[in-house]
Parts: sequence; structure tokens; C-alpha cells
Amino acid sequence: MSDGGEELDLRELDDGELVRQIQDDLYDGLQEEVAEGVNILLERGWEPYRVLTEALVEGMRIVGVDFRDGILFVPEVLLAANAMKGGMAILRPLLAETGAPTVGKMVIGTVKGDIHDIGKNLVSMMMEGAGFEVIDIGINCDVDKYLAALEEHRPEILGMSALLTTTMPYMKVVIDTMVEHGIRDDYIVLVGGAPLNEAFAEAIGADAYCRDASVAVETAKTLIARHHNRLVGARA
Amino acid sequence: MPEPVLVIACGALAREIRALLSISGFRHLHLACLPASLHNRPERIPGAVRERIRAARAHYRRIFVAYGDCGTGGALDRVLEVEEVERIEGPHCYAFYSGLAAFEAGAAAEPASFYLTDFLVRQFDTLVWRGLGLDRHPELRPLYFGNYRKLVHLAQTDDAVLRAEGRRAAQRLDLAYEYRFTGYGGLADFLARAAGSGDDGAADSPVLAGHSGPGDRSPGTSDGET
Repeated sequence: MSDGGEELDLRELDDGELVRQIQDDLYDGLQEEVAEGVNILLERGWEPYRVLTEALVEGMRIVGVDFRDGILFVPEVLLAANAMKGGMAILRPLLAETGAPTVGKMVIGTVKGDIHDIGKNLVSMMMEGAGFEVIDIGINCDVDKYLAALEEHRPEILGMSALLTTTMPYMKVVIDTMVEHGIRDDYIVLVGGAPLNEAFAEAIGADAYCRDASVAVETAKTLIARHHNRLVGARA
Repeated sequence: MPEPVLVIACGALAREIRALLSISGFRHLHLACLPASLHNRPERIPGAVRERIRAARAHYRRIFVAYGDCGTGGALDRVLEVEEVERIEGPHCYAFYSGLAAFEAGAAAEPASFYLTDFLVRQFDTLVWRGLGLDRHPELRPLYFGNYRKLVHLAQTDDAVLRAEGRRAAQRLDLAYEYRFTGYGGLADFLARAAGSGDDGAADSPVLAGHSGPGDRSPGTSDGET
């Protein structure tokens, strides 16, 4: 989306133009430019949460749409994610200080035997951008690691990722163990990864299959609202 | 002359299938390949295979598909079920070259292995390096390969030049290199079965069934290198 013309002075742009420029820079994977734009908006008195949602999350949403439509490919998405990471590094401590709204909490990890984390990392970042607190427990996670993280962090959501047909069945091991421990219904379980589909998610007893990071965010928001309603109903 | 049989295959298998066909003499086994670039866009494989099957129906009564699941998440199998076409067993070519059980056991024991076949070693620049954008953005390498420890070259042929190229690919990805000779593995058996699906019962080709590959190496021979 860059026009390759004269160097642009971000400070000369009004707020609306600057937000659109940050989104463009995010799309082009320009980490330094995104960070500069974020700092300028903060200097102008924008709340960190507003910078996050209007500039970064909206920018990544556009990246996600163009990836889905085959306009962008994995390398470009990774560069955009990297640029967003630059913006998040500035905003994260400020969001904590200013008590920005937290939608919910998620523990996420790639299953045992699987070391692939590109999709998981994108989901983590988008979830964080959408206001979730994300505890990423990494790759090659066995059931004990998942259960320990649930016990320690008490999230509403458990996310599991797998890229391989040989490792995706391990998600069922985790869910079955949660059932055995009587804690399955305490959590929303979201699963994702290239070889998965809705039928698989249903068969293993997950709450939903998430095709990509944007779908994960929307699904999490929807299910967490239902989860809260259910808890309120149970208390009434 | 037996009834013609069509094998619709991933372009990444073209060279190997042609080699096996030249050994076997199965002249009634015809080959149609789809672009190997689909390797990087697996969501497009089921539709492309369905289209090719339907286009071939007018000419072939018997059609086989030489694709693994190849990251389609079962979508290819759903297409093949509707079209009533059989495919080679296994999740991907790494598995059917290695032997399904052997590959699964190896992958479970060493999850941090990145696999290349002879084809992918030859096409490393196009499909891996440029395909993943590493030519333009080498800084992405740790994002893609940071969790891997070694590159395993699953070799179909005993070729010193390819072996050197495989080692060079590993160096570029900053991974250790392991050479593992597989031969053609399950691909040879699959082609023998496809060839024998016609009316004359040519299934049990003593030439092709169980053929491992050129040279005298035994499948499974492995040399770790760094």
C-alpha cells in the first residue's frame, strides 16, 4: 500500500489520516513506522485502548481479510504481525496502567508433539488486541502443562493449536482429561490449525473450531458472552 | 492392451512417478499432474483435483489420485468420496515415502524435524526460500524455523548432488542436516495397484511392487550430519 514517494512526516497528518497511515504501515509490515505513529497518537492524548482498537486491531483486521481472500500471503501476514508487535510493546504497559477493559482470559498452547506456532502466535496477538489477557504456554504442551496452566491462571478460554494430522488427536486427550477431572464445562475450549475442521472440533468435544485468528477473536467474544450469561443465570 | 488408467498426481511427484513407470513398463498407466505450487496453498488442492477428475471422466473409467491429505484437513478425502476415486494412503508424501508407521513414529520422537524430499530439495529456492518470502525478508526465518532443530532429507534417489543441495538448504535455514534414504516407498506399491485395477489383472507387477528406488541402498538408511 506504500506509494514509494517522498518520505512522509507522520506528525503533519491529522488524527484520521495518521490512523489510516498506521493501518497502511501495518499492512506493509513497517514496524518502526507503526511504533512512531502509535507514539504520536499517545502524545496527542489518545487513550492507549483507543490507539489499539482503532489503529492496530483494525489494521490487522484488514490484513486478515486480505489473507483470507488470497490477496496477502503468509510472509506478508507475519510481517504485519511483527509490526503490530512493535505497537503492542508500547501499548501493553500503558493498557495495564490505565485499566483498559479486559474481555476475558485465555490460556493457549500448541499440543504435544507439535512445534508449530505461527498460527498460535497470530491468534495470541489478535486476542490480546481484542482485549483478552493471553497466557501463551508455548509449543509441545502435554496435558499436565495445560491443566497446570488452567489451575494457575483460571482463564475462561483454553485454546489448542496443531498443524499436523498426527498431533491433532492429542486435543481429545486434553479434553477427555478435563472431563475426567470434572472441569471440562468450566472452560470454553477453542481449537485451530490447518488440518482441523468443524467436524473434528465437534467430535473431540471442543466448543468451536477457529479457521483463523480473526474467527478466533469473534468466536471467543461470542462464546464468552454466553459463558458470562450462563454464570449469571446459575447464580440467580 | 489393458484399459488405460489415469493417475492424477501432485507435481511434486511427477519425476518419481515417471521414473517408476519407465521401470515398470505400465504403458496403460497415464499421468496428469497438478502444479506443485499447490503444496503451499493446500486449501486449493481439493477443488483442483475435483476439476481434473471431472475433466478426465470422458476418457478414463479408472482414475487414481497420488496426493496425501497434504494439509487439506480431510477436504480432499471428502471430494474423493463423492467422486469415488481412491488416493494413495497417508497424510503427505513424507509419510508414504518413509512408510506410514515409520514416519509417524519418527515424527513423534523428533517433532523438531523439517522434512524435504528430493523434489523439495531441487525446488528449495522456489517453494521454500522464495515461497515463504525469505528472499525478501530473511528476518522471517526464525519465525518459520526457530522451533526446528534439523532438516531431514528423505531421499528417493541416491544422488550426491542432491545430497549436497540438501546440506546447503539446511545451512541456509540454520538447521542440522540428516540424510535418510527412503526410495519410493508406498508410491511404488500404489502405482502397481493402480495399474492392476484394469480388467487383465496386472496387479502383481514383480517389477514395481515394493520397488524402493534406484541404486543399491536399503530404505531407511540414515546419516546424520551437521
